[in-house]
Amino acid sequence: MQNTFNERRFVIKIMFLVVGAIFILRLFFIQIIETKYKFSADNNVLRYTTEYPLRGLIYDRNGELLVINEASYDLMIIPRQVKAFDTLEFCTLLDIEREAFDKKFDAAKRYSTYKASVFEKQISKETYAVFQEKMFHFPGFYVQPRTLRKYPRPIAAQCLGYISEVTQAMIDEDSYYKSGDYIGVSGIEKSYEDILRGKKGLKIKLVDVHNREKGSYKDGIFDTVPVPGKNLYTTIDAELQAYGELLMTNKKGGIVAIEPETGEILALISAPNYDPNLLVGRVRSRNFSALYLDENIPLFNRALMGQYPPGSTFKMINALIGLNEGVITPQSRIGCSLGYHVGGLTVRCHPHPSPCDVVSSIQYSCNAFYCSVFRSIIDNKKKYRTVRAGFNMWRSYLESFGLGLRLETDLPNVGRGNIPTDAYYDRLHGRNRWNSVSIISLSIGQGELGITPLQMANVTSIMANRGYYIVPHIVKAVGHPSNQLKKFTVRNNTKIDSRHFTYVIEGMHQVVEAGTARNAKIDSIAVCGKTGTVQNPHGKNHSTFLAFAPMNSPKIAITVFVENAGYGSTYAAPIASLMIEKYLKREVQRKELETQIINTNLMQSR
Amino acid sequence: MRNTKNIFENFDFVTFGLYLFLVLFGWLNIYAAVYNEEHKSIFDLTQSYGKQMLWIASSLFLAVVVLAFDGKFFSTFAYVIYILAIIILIAVMFVGVEINASRSWFQIGEFRIQPAEFAKFATALTLSKYMSNLNIRIQELKTKFVAGFIILLPVLIILLQNDTGSALVYFSLIFVLYREGLSGNWLIIGLMLVTLFVLTLIINQFILIGAIAVICLIFFYFIRKRRKEITQLIMVFIIAASFILVVDYIYNKVLQPHQKERIDVLLGNEVDLKGAGYNLNQSKIAIGSGGFFGKGFLQGTQTKFNFVPEQSTDFIFCTIGEEWGFLGSTVVICIFIFLLIRLVNMAERQRSAFSRLYGYCVVSIIFFHFLVNIGMTLGLLPVIGIPLPFFSYGGSSLWSFTLLLFIFIKLDAYRMQLL
Repeated sequence: MQNTFNERRFVIKIMFLVVGAIFILRLFFIQIIETKYKFSADNNVLRYTTEYPLRGLIYDRNGELLVINEASYDLMIIPRQVKAFDTLEFCTLLDIEREAFDKKFDAAKRYSTYKASVFEKQISKETYAVFQEKMFHFPGFYVQPRTLRKYPRPIAAQCLGYISEVTQAMIDEDSYYKSGDYIGVSGIEKSYEDILRGKKGLKIKLVDVHNREKGSYKDGIFDTVPVPGKNLYTTIDAELQAYGELLMTNKKGGIVAIEPETGEILALISAPNYDPNLLVGRVRSRNFSALYLDENIPLFNRALMGQYPPGSTFKMINALIGLNEGVITPQSRIGCSLGYHVGGLTVRCHPHPSPCDVVSSIQYSCNAFYCSVFRSIIDNKKKYRTVRAGFNMWRSYLESFGLGLRLETDLPNVGRGNIPTDAYYDRLHGRNRWNSVSIISLSIGQGELGITPLQMANVTSIMANRGYYIVPHIVKAVGHPSNQLKKFTVRNNTKIDSRHFTYVIEGMHQVVEAGTARNAKIDSIAVCGKTGTVQNPHGKNHSTFLAFAPMNSPKIAITVFVENAGYGSTYAAPIASLMIEKYLKREVQRKELETQIINTNLMQSR
Repeated sequence: MRNTKNIFENFDFVTFGLYLFLVLFGWLNIYAAVYNEEHKSIFDLTQSYGKQMLWIASSLFLAVVVLAFDGKFFSTFAYVIYILAIIILIAVMFVGVEINASRSWFQIGEFRIQPAEFAKFATALTLSKYMSNLNIRIQELKTKFVAGFIILLPVLIILLQNDTGSALVYFSLIFVLYREGLSGNWLIIGLMLVTLFVLTLIINQFILIGAIAVICLIFFYFIRKRRKEITQLIMVFIIAASFILVVDYIYNKVLQPHQKERIDVLLGNEVDLKGAGYNLNQSKIAIGSGGFFGKGFLQGTQTKFNFVPEQSTDFIFCTIGEEWGFLGSTVVICIFIFLLIRLVNMAERQRSAFSRLYGYCVVSIIFFHFLVNIGMTLGLLPVIGIPLPFFSYGGSSLWSFTLLLFIFIKLDAYRMQLL
C-alpha cells in the first residue's frame, strides 16, 4: 500500500528539474544576454580619478619666477553616495550659505547621481586642513587636489593672462578637456596652453559601498601618469616690467620695450593693470566682474590691442620713404613758415629754425617738411602715373614695417592696427576724387592711422636695427632655458635701404640732445627718440614717445603711449627715458623725475 | 537485533560527497564574500570565514554523533523531540534576543542559536512517525487534520516570533503529504491561490473578480446541464472572490511596511533602488557582472566591497554568480538538483515508511530553501530571508541542515537491518 503512490516521485523529480532549468535560464539571461548589469557593476565600484599635471611655470628672462603653482583642492561630490549629514556643520566648515549649498547640490544631482562633479572649487589649504579631519562625516564627498596659479609679483597680468574653467564650447572643440578642467584664456596662458598644460593622468580605483578606496583596478594596468606641463622662459625682464607698471600708476596707456637685435619683448605694459592674483581661486568670479565692468577696462591689453594714431613719431617713416624713393636727399632743405600752406589748407607748425633738412626736421618735428615730402612721394609723376599708384607704393612701405598687418607674435589677440587703403578713400571721397592733399594728415601721423604700441615698438626696433626686425615675441625657450625657440629668428627686411637710416637716427639723437625731448636725455647714454602728440578728438591729446639706446649698439627699443596726457615730451618721453635708464643701468639716478612721474595722476581728467 | 560494527556500514558516500562539496564550496565563497585584506587567512577565527570553519568542523562531528545513534532512536523518540522543540520555540519568545525585528534567537556568549532551525527536523521526525502508522491514510479528514496540526503548530509560534521566512519553510512539507497520496488538487489549489495572490496585488481586486466571473460563466456554458458541477463552480467562484478580498485586506491593512515593500519590489510596483529595491538590484548587478566564466576567486568587486547586503548569509549565491560566473552557478544548481534527486531515490529505496517519509521531509525542506533563496537572489521571488542550505554563513543553519541530512543518511544506512 505504501507504494501505491510511488509514481509520484517522478512528478517531484520533474518539478526539481523544472526549477533548476528556470534558474539556469534566468542566469543565462542575467549573466550572458543582459549587459546593463556589468555596466552598473563598474559604476558601483570603479572610480575614475583624473590626476592633474602641474601646469608649467613661467620665468622671466633672468630666471625669476613670474608664475608658480599653489596647492588647492576641489571638493567633489557623488550625489548617489551622499548620506544624511549635518549640513550646518558642512556649510560652516566651507563657509558657504545654506541656499548656495542647496543650489550646488541640486546642480550636482542634475549632472549625474553616480558621476563625480565639482561641488566647491578651489578650497584653500587652510580650509582643506580643517575639512579633511571631518570628512568621514560626509560620505559621497571627496577632495581632488588641484593647483592654482600664483604670482610672486603682481606684475604683467595682461601678458601672462589667466586660466579659467573650460566652457562647453571649448569641450566640444577639443575632447581633451572635460567639465571642470582649466584652460588658458588669455595671454601667454592661452598661446602656450598646449605646452603649459602637460598631460592629464587617469587612475582607476576600486571603492567599496562606503566609498572607501580599496586599491587600484587590475593593479593599475589602465592607469596613466600625469605628465607635468613644460616651463616657459619668457623674454620679460621682471624688474623693468614692474618699474614700468609703477611709472604708469594712475595713467592710461601702453609701453612696449623690445631688444632690437632679437625681437625679445622686455616689457609689455598696459595701464591701468591689476594684480593677477585677483583672478585666481574662489575670489576670481567676483574680481573678474569688477574688472570687466571697470570703465578703464583694465582687462584690455592696450599694448597689444590699443590703436593710436602715431602722431609725429610717424615722421621718420616718411623721411625714410622719401629718401628711399629719391624725392629728397639727406641735404634737401624745405622752409617752414609756421605751417604748410596749399590752396586754402594750412597744416600748422610751431616756431623753429627754418629751413630744415632731414635731421633737423626730425629734431624740431617740422610739419611743413613732412607735408611736402609726403606729397612728393605720392605725386611722384616720374615713377607713378596716378595718385593711387603712388599711394599704394607708400602703403606697401608701411607694411614692410609691420604696420597695418598682424605681427605673427606668440601672444594672442594682437591688433593689426589700421592703415587706410585706396578703396577706403574711394568710398570716403568718391572714386579718384582724392589726392595727396586730401590725405595730407597721413604725413604727420594723424588721420585714419591706427597703430598699436607693439607695432610702434617694432618700428622703433627697425630704426635701431637700421632696416630690419625680428617678430617681437615673449617666450624664448620651452622646457629648459637652452631649448630656444627657432621660430623667432627670421629677419624681416623693410623696403628701405639701410644707409638711409643714418640721417634719421641722427635726427632722433638730436631730438633728445637738443630737440623736443631734452628731458629724455640720460648722462652717458646716447638716446635716440622722437616725440609725438596725438590729436584726440575725444579729449586731451595723447602723449607718445619712441626711443632706442644706446645709439650705436642698441639694447632697448621702446614705445610709450600715455592717453590724455598732452605733449609727447611731457610724460611719454620721461617715462621712456626712465625705462631705458632702468634697463641699461639697473638703477635710476633721476629720483626726482621718477617720483614726479609716479605721482602724476592722469586718470581724473577726461 | 544486530548492532552495526561500523557506523559507516551501508553509509551513502555519494550523498556525503555532495554534502562535503557544498559545505566546502560555501566556505570558500563566504571567504570571498567578506574577504578582508587585513585578515587574509581563511582560518582567521576573528572573521566569518574562520568561524564558518569551526561550524563545519563541529557539523562533521555532529554528523558522526548522529551516525553513532541507534537506527531506531529517531523514530522512537520522535514525539519527545518534537515536544521539546515546541517548548524551546515558546521559550525563545520570552528569553531570546531580538535581531532584525525577530525575537527568535538564543544568545549564549558570542554565539547565537535559532531554535526555529532545529524545529525543522523535529517536525519532520514527528510528521514521519505519525504518517507511518499502519492505519493512517492521508485521504482521511482526520489524518489531514492531525498532519496539518503537526506542521502548523511550529509555524504559528515562529510567525509570532516575526520570522516569516522560517515559518514558510514548513509549508514545503505538503510535498511529503502529496507523495503519500494527498490529492494533487491540493497542490494545484495551492498554486492557484499563490497565482491569485500575486494577481490581486497587481490588478485591481474588482476587475480580477469580474474576470474570474467571466471565466466561470464560460465554464457554466459547457456544464450547464450538470447540476452538481454547477454547484461546485459556484463554490469555486465564491472561494476565489473571498480569497481576493481577504488578500487585498491583508496586504493593505495587516502586512507590515517592510513586508509590503518586498512584495512590491518583486512585482515591479516599486522602483526605488536606494530603498527597498536596493538588495535585489545589487544582487542582480553582482550576478550579472559575473558573465560566463566569472571574475575569478576573490576578484568579485560587488560582493567583496559590500555592495550586496547579507552577502555571506542569504545572498551568498551572488558571490558564486559574480566570481564563478554562469559556469559556476550552473554547476552549483546542478549539484543541488542532483542531491535532491539522489535523496528522492534514497527515500524510495527505504523499507520502512518512517524512513521514506523522513527522506521526503528532508528533500522538501532543502528544496524549499533552494527554491526560495536562489529565486530571491535572481529576482524571481520576493526577498524572504532564508539561507541557502550548506552554503550560507551561520552555525544554526549549518547544524540544522547537517542534523536533518545525516539523520536520513543514518536511517538509510540502517535500512538493511530492517526486515
